[in-house]
Amino acid sequence: MSSILVWPIILPFATAVAILLVKSKGKSAQNIVLSSAALHAFFCGLVFFRVHHNGIFASQIGNWPAPFGITLVADHLSAIMLAITAIINLAVVVYSRADIGPSLANRGYYPLLQTLVGGICGAFLTGDLFNLYVWFEVMLMASFGLLVLGQERRQLDGGVKYVVINLFSTLLLITGIGLLYGLTGTLNMADLHIKIQTIQDQGILTAVAMIFMAAFGIKSALFPLFFWLPAAYHTPPIAVSAIFAGLLTKVGVYALIRMFTLIFTVDMQYPITVLLIAATLTMITGVLGAASHNEFRRILSFHIISQVGYMILGLALHTSLALAGAVFYLIHHIIVKANLFLVSGVVQKLRGSLELSRLGGVYRTNKWVAVLFFIPAFSLAGFPPLSGFWAKMMLIRASLDIQQYLVAGIAAAVGLLTVYSMTKIWGEVFWKPMPGGIQIDETTLSARPSIWMLTPIAGLALLTVMIGLGAETFVAIAMQTAEELLHPEIYYNAVLGYK
Amino acid sequence: METLCAFLVGAMVTGSIYLMLERNLIRFIFGLVLISNAINLLIFTVGGLSSNRPPLIPDTATVPLVPMANALPQALVLTAIVIGFALLAFIFVLFYRAYQEIGTVDTELMRFAEPNDGAESSTHSTQKPGEQG
Repeated sequence: MSSILVWPIILPFATAVAILLVKSKGKSAQNIVLSSAALHAFFCGLVFFRVHHNGIFASQIGNWPAPFGITLVADHLSAIMLAITAIINLAVVVYSRADIGPSLANRGYYPLLQTLVGGICGAFLTGDLFNLYVWFEVMLMASFGLLVLGQERRQLDGGVKYVVINLFSTLLLITGIGLLYGLTGTLNMADLHIKIQTIQDQGILTAVAMIFMAAFGIKSALFPLFFWLPAAYHTPPIAVSAIFAGLLTKVGVYALIRMFTLIFTVDMQYPITVLLIAATLTMITGVLGAASHNEFRRILSFHIISQVGYMILGLALHTSLALAGAVFYLIHHIIVKANLFLVSGVVQKLRGSLELSRLGGVYRTNKWVAVLFFIPAFSLAGFPPLSGFWAKMMLIRASLDIQQYLVAGIAAAVGLLTVYSMTKIWGEVFWKPMPGGIQIDETTLSARPSIWMLTPIAGLALLTVMIGLGAETFVAIAMQTAEELLHPEIYYNAVLGYK
Repeated sequence: METLCAFLVGAMVTGSIYLMLERNLIRFIFGLVLISNAINLLIFTVGGLSSNRPPLIPDTATVPLVPMANALPQALVLTAIVIGFALLAFIFVLFYRAYQEIGTVDTELMRFAEPNDGAESSTHSTQKPGEQG
């Protein structure tokens, strides 16, 4: 039964291969991907329910016992991330039907997308550090491909910066893994949790922890390592930037949470303090960047950075409530952020541009699109009763609980600035009249957003409302996750408990 | 032997960081090649170099009779080499395509994704919050 853990990984890869093999174009490729994404969501849901009811479980690949073989582990954090990945995958696949033209599909858009999803799921499930590195590489390779698939000048330019910094971060990651192996002689994460406590030389351990922090800090776009993100995320097709925005940086956040709750658990005062400062600065820089830009997707890109700051803040505060807040924030943020990018695609279809100065009057012409933007945008800004409000409240509450008043104040102020830039988009794109003197050609003006675009947006918006209104359930799950993270021995027992 | 390798890795990383900080993308690639090899050497070194016996167990025994070389770092290095090779191939093609489209390999001049319309400077002028932590 525990072999169910391989399905969320194998299925996307099998789909990618299947599409390449049948050389299917257009509709049939879309149908294959769509049914595979639905099946994938089913498997991921199954994993989540199993974890939620029976607790953490592990699967030893090839029956090699841990810590010698590769272990797949699903705890609450992994299962939640897996479930959200499946939801975003499904939404993006449906959306791609309208957004991705035949030329991109023929260049291998769908196989790359599925490889990306497979890599992400692998990174969430693996219990082995070197294996994590491999999944990161799989993910990166696919994301490189997706980013420059259109071969436009902008994409190649953004792509170069994205590739360069991300390659460097994986090199840092493998350096850290090598050093950690030299110190402990193991790469199994559960085994590392125990072995690392026997290391005498605290200095070396802190240095290795900092290498990991830098590596995952680049991936999750922490201050001051975030410059690659706003350079690249606004260039690819909308569907691609939605899945990037939703999931890619969050894999880095997930890895940071895993590292600093499972592996680096003893005497980590210094790295945790650095994380706290970095998180605060990330929140501020991100939101100021967003406030100063005037292109739809660039504003949203800067918001990703600022929101990652909140999640890392939860990790750095390191109390039960703070970690629960970080997990809740992850759930809320991935859904909302991917959705906002999808909405920007609809606006682009309607007006032919994403520059705020060239947009306007969408509320007058397409009321429902405005409503569908309103929900995720003001959830992101933290309006009650939407999901973002609860996420921010948990984190601010957690920082007040341990007398971090300054941090709490900054988190609240950043929330306020988020409201500012969301109202900026709302005012410029939806409320103000269409600026005069801008020619929109007839085909764009008469365009109606396709049902394939609106369905995933409406679905994700509904989910946002549900998380907001049913916050109690989700907070309970997040609290349970936090308890698990603060007691790594549960994880250890699930992986190596047979001894 | 380990000390020597440690210094060698250090020298290689220094050189590669210098190359990677250049504006010229070609030099960046050379830096990348150098640093991936430095890291492979590092993994190899931390795995232990002291023993030069092959990791073979005789038929009559179930555990190694004498201390032997650890095979795992070699497997890790091999994986890293393969992945590194694929990435290098990709990055060569990407840079070449970028050069064809943009017409330069100088990163300072590559500003198509982020046009210099004055909005750029704002991201650097962050106010510093007070001492924290």
